[in-house]
Amino acid sequence: MDTSGAVIDRTDQSGLDDVLVLKDLVLRFRGQENDVVDGVSLTVRKGEVLCVVGESGCGKSVTAMALMGLLPKESARISSGNLTIGVDHFDLSKDALPNEMRGNTVAMIFQEPMTSLNPAFRIGDQIGEAVLRHRGGTRAEALARAEEMLTRVGIANPSQRLHEYPHQLSGGMRQRVMIAMALANDPSILIADEPTTALDVTIQAQILDLIRDLRDETGMGTIMITHDLGVVAEIADSVAVMYGGQVVEQGPVAEVFNNPQHPYTIGLMSAMPRLDQPGGRLAIVPGTVPTIANMPEGCRFRSRCAFATPTCASRPALADIADGHAVACHYAPLEDHVAVSA
Amino acid sequence: MKNDVILEAVDVVKHFGDGGGWLSRSPVVQAVDGVSLQVRRGETFAIVGESGCGKSTLARLLLRLLTPTSGKVMFDGHEISGTKGAALKKLRGDMQFIFQDPFSSLNPRMTIGKLVGEPLEVHAPDLSAQERRDKVAELLRKVGLRPEHAGRYPHEFSGGQRQRIGIARALASGPKLVIGDEPVSALDVSVQAQVINLLGDLSRDLGLTLVIIAHDLGVIRHMSDRVAVMYLGRIVESGPTAEVYAKPRHPYTQALLASIPSMGGKPEDHKANVLGEMPSPSAPPPGCRFHTRCPFAQAKCKTDTPVLSAAESDDHRVACHFWDTLDTSAPLAATTQQSKAAEARFALYRAATEGGTVTHKTQQTTERT
Ligand SMILES: Nc1ncnc2c1ncn2[C@@H]1O[C@H](COP(=O)(O)OP(=O)(O)OP(=O)(O)O)[C@@H](O)[C@H]1O
Ligand SMILES: Nc1ncnc2c1ncn2[C@@H]1O[C@H](COP(=O)(O)OP(=O)(O)O)[C@@H](O)[C@H]1O
Ligand code: SF4
Ligand code: SF4
Ligand SMILES: [Mg+2]
Ligand SMILES: [Mg+2]
Repeated sequence: MDTSGAVIDRTDQSGLDDVLVLKDLVLRFRGQENDVVDGVSLTVRKGEVLCVVGESGCGKSVTAMALMGLLPKESARISSGNLTIGVDHFDLSKDALPNEMRGNTVAMIFQEPMTSLNPAFRIGDQIGEAVLRHRGGTRAEALARAEEMLTRVGIANPSQRLHEYPHQLSGGMRQRVMIAMALANDPSILIADEPTTALDVTIQAQILDLIRDLRDETGMGTIMITHDLGVVAEIADSVAVMYGGQVVEQGPVAEVFNNPQHPYTIGLMSAMPRLDQPGGRLAIVPGTVPTIANMPEGCRFRSRCAFATPTCASRPALADIADGHAVACHYAPLEDHVAVSA
Repeated sequence: MKNDVILEAVDVVKHFGDGGGWLSRSPVVQAVDGVSLQVRRGETFAIVGESGCGKSTLARLLLRLLTPTSGKVMFDGHEISGTKGAALKKLRGDMQFIFQDPFSSLNPRMTIGKLVGEPLEVHAPDLSAQERRDKVAELLRKVGLRPEHAGRYPHEFSGGQRQRIGIARALASGPKLVIGDEPVSALDVSVQAQVINLLGDLSRDLGLTLVIIAHDLGVIRHMSDRVAVMYLGRIVESGPTAEVYAKPRHPYTQALLASIPSMGGKPEDHKANVLGEMPSPSAPPPGCRFHTRCPFAQAKCKTDTPVLSAAESDDHRVACHFWDTLDTSAPLAATTQQSKAAEARFALYRAATEGGTVTHKTQQTTERT
């Protein structure tokens, strides 16, 4: 691999299984007075799925795009962010991921497959092109790889499908094709931005099965972005909960779900209509997410938090409350710090 | 009881592209194909199914925004397909609609006051300007907005607030029944919960009948009294929501329930168990329309159409030839294994967000490592 200026350090990390480590990503868009992503750190281990969960606008996609180096350079300004992929280190405030890693070492799939599939080209040519770009070889070899990938993602009649155009496929099949294309070059990291949000539940279940199987088979590390806590429970090994451009809680998925600490995590979980607790009133998260310009200083959840005090005007650190389980709240665990009377 | 029924569909069919002439050359889309259902006064009735199965078309038929190809729709005991003039105006007042997309369903150039007041001009033309303003203020308050909001425009509001505006608008004519086509699907969980609570409060306080179309099975479980499951233009199962969820009798219902990703369940419980996708409604399979995906399909299913008929009880109906011999029990999500401390935290959260007084035992954060 070419060692361009982007690679600033090759010293080994202690976390051998960490395939991707992002430290302190901060970025804003031109004309904005506040950071849309404010100090996000994430770690993905080999063979694991990290879910990033949060409501629309909290910065999930922007974080993923920043990782991939896909943000428009004219309008997005990254002021901090260190990315380690395997043994390569990048200072995102200076350099983006080099082209030869994008789509090769790190691949990404999107909510709407048509954003990465070109309607004018046959499926086989599109996957083949991705293979040729990074692996070289002959066109015939690339097409053979494309067919192999279609088979692998569970598409029936792959040799026939190779010759079809994206519009001839259903939504679920397009998503499979996109996964086939993303995985054609055996990436060590897959970033999936809401890959099942537009799909029906029965199709979603099929795609989640597929991602799980591929993870087990290839040992790739996966960042899965979703707004659905159910999907997190289904597929994640660990989870990072985002609010207003910050990670407010993260940890192993069982720990976070069984022992949630941040008022926002608790609110999200309480607000979700549950199959096992029907009827009655749902607990809510009051109000709405402020715009980026109106985000409060300190804890950004402060304007909606029932437990906020003036202390919360200073930013709480994301600190471990148990092994590997971190939360950013001045008053965690709540039961030790607050009481509520009727 | 017969007069319990406020809205009824009797063998309603809607085929698109069926009109002869030029159109007849494109395949007929059998969007709704023989749906019968009864909505009872005061209940919340849900319709669930995958994208393209005909939910929105059915909603539009029920509202008389579409004319059925055959079959009839009855509202308050009267067939509504021929309704015209003053009777139609009254019907429009009695039956209202909430749209899925709060962003495109409100005219951006109208103030909130105008948007909510507009139906009043039609349905209560005798009100004076002042009376109308008062009524708008009352409606805004009812949906959790403030009367001062009347002078503002839709773009100044968030998605959840816009959905509240849509609800206020639907309530303005004093309807007996409101049909919501995915009324909370476009909203984030935290805001969705607020709107679900609001709809629940309104149906209780105003004695409204609600028909809710949704694809989120959690939302339906939470909101509805009875549910109808649609597949490819037909109802495959219907009944009291609690019963259908606990004892689904149709293989498709079972598959839907088993596909829901949920907190607490183990991933193994939710492995995809139906393969493939819903066929096109312009070429539906013969016999049982689900047979191409049904793990239990037999020869008979490919030729004979199963009829929706009483299964577990008179009220719990299913359209499957073999429902009584199949093991279709659904692995409902287990509860999460929360610690006592976590339970305490959830209780604190609920108490605090429902108006409790919060006191801090400590003034400063204890240092953690
Ligand atoms: N005006 C029309 N002309 C032709 N076909 C139509 C028309 N309206 C709907 N359809 C077709 O009828 C079928 C049912 O559509 P409908 O909108 O009722 O589905 P739905 O269950 O509401 O789906 P979704 O969950 O995606 O909203 C679809 O195949 C759709 O493409
Ligand atoms: N190209 C852009 N220019 C300006 N603002 C943007 C751009 N892309 C995203 N944003 C804003 O950044 C915030 C985070 O967006 P996003 O990451 O897409 O959220 P989500 O968590 O829903 O994926 C939002 O406020 C969004 O409006
Ligand atoms: S730091 Fe304060 S405002 Fe933020 S979540 Fe904790 S209690 Fe709420
Ligand atoms: S009738 Fe046959 S194909 Fe249809 S659901 Fe029942 S078993 Fe399956
Ligand atoms: Mg996004
Ligand atoms: Mg619809």
